[in-house]
Amino acid sequence: MQKEGQIRIPSGCAITGVISKSGERFSGETAIRSIEPMHDRSNGLGGGFAAYGIYPKNRDLYAFHVFYDSVRAKEECEAALQTSFDVSAAEKIPTRRMPQITDEPAIWRYFALPYDKLLQSTGLDEREFVAQFVVKINTQIPGAYVFSSGKNMGVFKAVGFPEDVGRYYRLEDYEGYCWTAHGRYPTNTPGWWGGAHPFSLLDYTVVHNGEISSYDANRRWIEMFGYRCTLLTDTEAITYIIDYLNRRHGLSLKETAEVIAAPFWNEIDSMSPEDRKRYTYLRNIFSGLLITGPFSILLGFTGGMMALNDRLKLRSMVVGEKGDRVYVASEECAIRTVEPTLDRLWSPRGGEPVIVRVNEGVRV
Amino acid sequence: MAINYKIPEYDVLRDPQRCIACRVCERQCANEVHAFDPESGTMRSDESKCVNCHRCVTLCPTHALKIVKNPDTFRLSAYWKQSDIGEIYAQADTGGMLLSSMGNPKPYPIYWDKMLINASQVTNPSIDPLREPMETRTFLGKKPGRIERNADGSIKTAGLPPQLKLEVPILFSAMSYGSISYNAHASLARAARELGTYYNTGEGGLHEDFYEYGPNTIVQVASGRFGVHPDYLKTGAAIEIKIGQGAKPGIGGHLPGAKITDAVSRTRMIPKGTDAISPAPHHDIYSIEDLRQLVFSLKEATEYQKPVIVKIAAVHNVAAIASGIAAQRRGYHCH
Ligand code: SF4
Ligand code: SF4
Repeated sequence: MQKEGQIRIPSGCAITGVISKSGERFSGETAIRSIEPMHDRSNGLGGGFAAYGIYPKNRDLYAFHVFYDSVRAKEECEAALQTSFDVSAAEKIPTRRMPQITDEPAIWRYFALPYDKLLQSTGLDEREFVAQFVVKINTQIPGAYVFSSGKNMGVFKAVGFPEDVGRYYRLEDYEGYCWTAHGRYPTNTPGWWGGAHPFSLLDYTVVHNGEISSYDANRRWIEMFGYRCTLLTDTEAITYIIDYLNRRHGLSLKETAEVIAAPFWNEIDSMSPEDRKRYTYLRNIFSGLLITGPFSILLGFTGGMMALNDRLKLRSMVVGEKGDRVYVASEECAIRTVEPTLDRLWSPRGGEPVIVRVNEGVRV
Repeated sequence: MAINYKIPEYDVLRDPQRCIACRVCERQCANEVHAFDPESGTMRSDESKCVNCHRCVTLCPTHALKIVKNPDTFRLSAYWKQSDIGEIYAQADTGGMLLSSMGNPKPYPIYWDKMLINASQVTNPSIDPLREPMETRTFLGKKPGRIERNADGSIKTAGLPPQLKLEVPILFSAMSYGSISYNAHASLARAARELGTYYNTGEGGLHEDFYEYGPNTIVQVASGRFGVHPDYLKTGAAIEIKIGQGAKPGIGGHLPGAKITDAVSRTRMIPKGTDAISPAPHHDIYSIEDLRQLVFSLKEATEYQKPVIVKIAAVHNVAAIASGIAAQRRGYHCH
């Protein structure tokens, strides 16, 4: 059977996410319990979590999480890492043996910073340097796959049901101020761990439920700017699009949402002149980044989370609030399980981004 | 007409019982098919000149005329058809190459006409088109590499390089005035405005009546440079340099002097009655550097307000040519 990257595999999914606006850190148990009732939205072929604020002791270092299929891949990857980065820690990511999780690759974690002099000689900004490094490892070293590369955050994913994946990675031992989770329902996959979600680049992580119709148009566009859609999944393309718009073009998250879930032309044509100009400009300049077809995505980033539905709202997604916590999930049950009494619960409109950030002054 | 082997395509049937010899057909036929014979006091016809335009049929006051396909044939076989033999005689007779316009004279399949574009189950789940409308609006033009912002942080939308806005992603093919008629050009211009897209003048200049359609007009600059002047360039929404055409790649054009009437002569800026010859190449463009000079001449002439398109046909080596054109940082190109 072909794995992700050799064939495009559509899938259905479940997503959930929770953030504490006061920056209070809580264990991964909450995310595991939240995704569990949506068991039937996955089929055991992929689950994963993104956690923010989990490495406070190493908050200024890039945390690389890497899958290795072979000793050779590990040697090559570590050699590449050591050439460009000052690596201050290298360790196996702790896991718990369980019958539900099989065929595990070697899973390693590195805390590192690019060498100053090298970075200066490239003339690149630090994040761009790291992003290029990750793309290089993932495309050039067979059997090595960097699946997390941000600071003070981490992605944990595997083939299996998401609640099992969470327990396998002992996520109850981690504490973060923001968690997102994903259960995958691919139509066919040989069970490659890299194919599970979240998908990430730097501190951006995307969990996604849906099946976008514009995949090829989006991919062709984004590949003009140095990205390589090696996994052939929607989620990967969405992650690159967000990175391109938000990090490289400096668009705000709201503006990013205005590009990828833009209103229809007939709506734009009847807006105030100012809005009409902005939307027309964005749709013109980034015409290939409009995402059509059903999707609900949860974007995690340092200090916040954004939820976004396709402009027609073809996938369910609800948002709940309780005190300083904000919850987003495919189904209400995912929220009620961890917080039965909510202050507020609503269903955002299609194309309307819900952006939640930690309060001003909170150190992330 | 000298004696030849050609079989007239049509037969002119005149009912002698009906004909009153009014000579209307004689006056109306541009091809001088009908003639009055004073001796017999009846009408004669030379059907070898008839093109079956049906003008005489329509105007005959007594409905005395019928034009029918001539049943006369050569000695035919499955291999040598009437048209093959006829064309050989015609070429032998004139020494000229036979050209056909307006579509394909032979029954070759036209695949486009057999294609059905069925926008069903575009998304998963399949939803009806009322819930996921198809949007066709498209912009062409150079995009900025960076987003710029105003002092208040809002996105700066002014100052974009010129853009073409198409409500449907279809541009009309270039057909020049003179090769097609005034009315055909008028129809194209009006249709382009109605549909929110662009028609293309072709290389024959722009008739003064159609300047009002400028915002929906792409003005062409081709190897003959007919009708090119500053107002023409400034009137169009974009300027197209025609290097090759899709209809007959690598071939120029020849408009016989007979078609260069007063209005066509004025529009093309050439003397009335002279042949309008467009060479296959532009005689000032033999390389990509030469092309660049023409592009910038046109940009200078229009103060950088108009996108400049370079049209090439989809021919051998087209990818390299297209990327060479793109590398000149032109607005864009199409083929
Ligand atoms: S127009 Fe009709 S009636 Fe008159 S001369 Fe011709 S065929 Fe006869
Ligand atoms: S059909 Fe036309 S070309 Fe033929 S005889 Fe009548 S007017 Fe002349």
